[in-house]
Amino acid sequence: MSLILDHVNYIYGGDTALAVHALKDVNLVIPDGQFIGLIGHTGSGKSTLVQHLNGLIKPTSGSIYYNGEDIHAEDYDKKKLRSKVGLVFQYPEHQLFEIDVFKDVCFGPKNLGLTKQETELRAYAALKQVGIEDAYFYQSPFDLSGGQKRRVAIAGVLAMKPEILILDEPTAGLDPKGRDEILDQIAKLKEETGITVILVSHSMEDVAKYVERIIVMNRGSVLYDDVPREVFQHYKELEQVGLAAPQVTYIMQALAAQGIPVRTDVTTIEEAKQEICRRYV
Amino acid sequence: MGIIKTDKLVFEYIRRDEEGNVEGITRAVDEVDLDVKQGDFIAILGHNGSGKSTLAKHINAILYPTEGTVWVDGMDTQDESKLWNIRQEAGMVFQNPDNQIIGQVVEEDVGFGPENMGVPTKEIWERVEESLKAVGMYEYRKHSPNKLSGGQKQRVSIAGVIAMHPKCIILDEPTAMLDPNGRKEVIRAVRALNDVEGITVILITHYMEEIIHADMVYVMDKGHVAMEGTPREIFSRVEELKELRLDVPQVTLLAYELKQSGMDLPDGILTIKELTEVLAAQYKGQGR
Repeated sequence: MSLILDHVNYIYGGDTALAVHALKDVNLVIPDGQFIGLIGHTGSGKSTLVQHLNGLIKPTSGSIYYNGEDIHAEDYDKKKLRSKVGLVFQYPEHQLFEIDVFKDVCFGPKNLGLTKQETELRAYAALKQVGIEDAYFYQSPFDLSGGQKRRVAIAGVLAMKPEILILDEPTAGLDPKGRDEILDQIAKLKEETGITVILVSHSMEDVAKYVERIIVMNRGSVLYDDVPREVFQHYKELEQVGLAAPQVTYIMQALAAQGIPVRTDVTTIEEAKQEICRRYV
Repeated sequence: MGIIKTDKLVFEYIRRDEEGNVEGITRAVDEVDLDVKQGDFIAILGHNGSGKSTLAKHINAILYPTEGTVWVDGMDTQDESKLWNIRQEAGMVFQNPDNQIIGQVVEEDVGFGPENMGVPTKEIWERVEESLKAVGMYEYRKHSPNKLSGGQKQRVSIAGVIAMHPKCIILDEPTAMLDPNGRKEVIRAVRALNDVEGITVILITHYMEEIIHADMVYVMDKGHVAMEGTPREIFSRVEELKELRLDVPQVTLLAYELKQSGMDLPDGILTIKELTEVLAAQYKGQGR
């Protein structure tokens, strides 16, 4: 069970003078159960890439295989693919529309043609997975707070029971606590269900804290694909492409420059604290 | 009186259900007193729903107080005859760059504000030039805004506001949708406006690192000001901030955590430089 991108290219406006080569020879293997961070500056190709993963965009050349099957083969069931590869867009709360929270989450599974009972069971489970309490089920989704709305929207995708969950900047515009709550819920969900999660983010701190693998996009190509520790060692190159390392990485670099023998490949506060304490206490 | 002053500002709105029946009244802003001096850099923090955007919208008369008064450069925002003057003196920049750009070409977009104010053509061009230079976007003046990055678009939005020669600029989460570089560009441009042009800045953000240079920080909760002080004073109160669903910059948090583990560090460290200097001095002091 995995998703494979094999020499994927995508060109916008191919036969016009304004052709843009948005993805250039992208080769990726996304095995089951990984927590992946996808980073890159605006316009680096992240969103184009994720839209390939559930077949919303067809590559200009190259192939995408899900569980060994070419998703653009003629007889391939795209609808099923989209229920298995769930994509949560930016500001997903703008897509809420039903009169209450529960009905909104039911919309996806209902359209899969499931029975009413199965639909409702899934909606219930999905709302629980994102930490929405029963008391909110019959409220209008529009009366909820920003963070709650977003979690309801994510539940709408989870109710499809995807095997891969892709979130495009799920924390944009949320306050710090709301940010942590959503990401903690997603990490917990991943632990409990073994689902694959791809997190598109502009927050290096969040990516460093949660994911086990980082894919860095730059001008349509994969620049780095490694564990966070290794990727953030390239902080100078990351700055060249509009990104950065988490602030703690810079702290450790600055300490090392002062002649204090600390490791510099540190990406989280917890690691930094241990590393500094080791030198001082 | 400062450039922006509010006196016991209250804003209430009526919640209605589907049929339009009244469900209750929400007090979004609750007795807020602000007094912002000309040239200050003010930051407003607060969790989602704490009332910061509602407060900000009072400063250029998008919303009017239910009770209390707001003055912008001495003008009461409820005085309708002053509306255009108020909006020209206090410009606003919003979160989504794509919602704020209307021109087909960057310089046209920036000229839109002064053109509507009836500024003579020659002066419009002068203002467009100086505004684009102030945000570092002059070389893009002939570009289409569609082709710019998020950070560049936001800087064009800011140029559009400063072309109207405001005394004060209010930015409501201007970096929420940007990548790290875009965030840096925007904050750098905003700080330059404040330092060089002396424009009063009111910055609303969820990114704690962006406000360490502010003169004053207000933290909102449930519509009122829950904390106020310099960034150092505010960020020394880590636990209180966390209770208000906020955070501190990573360097401040690391210093706080190290202090909790028994190291002797001052409160409210704001920059990497401060932390490394203290740690380096201590390391040398240990005789190693």
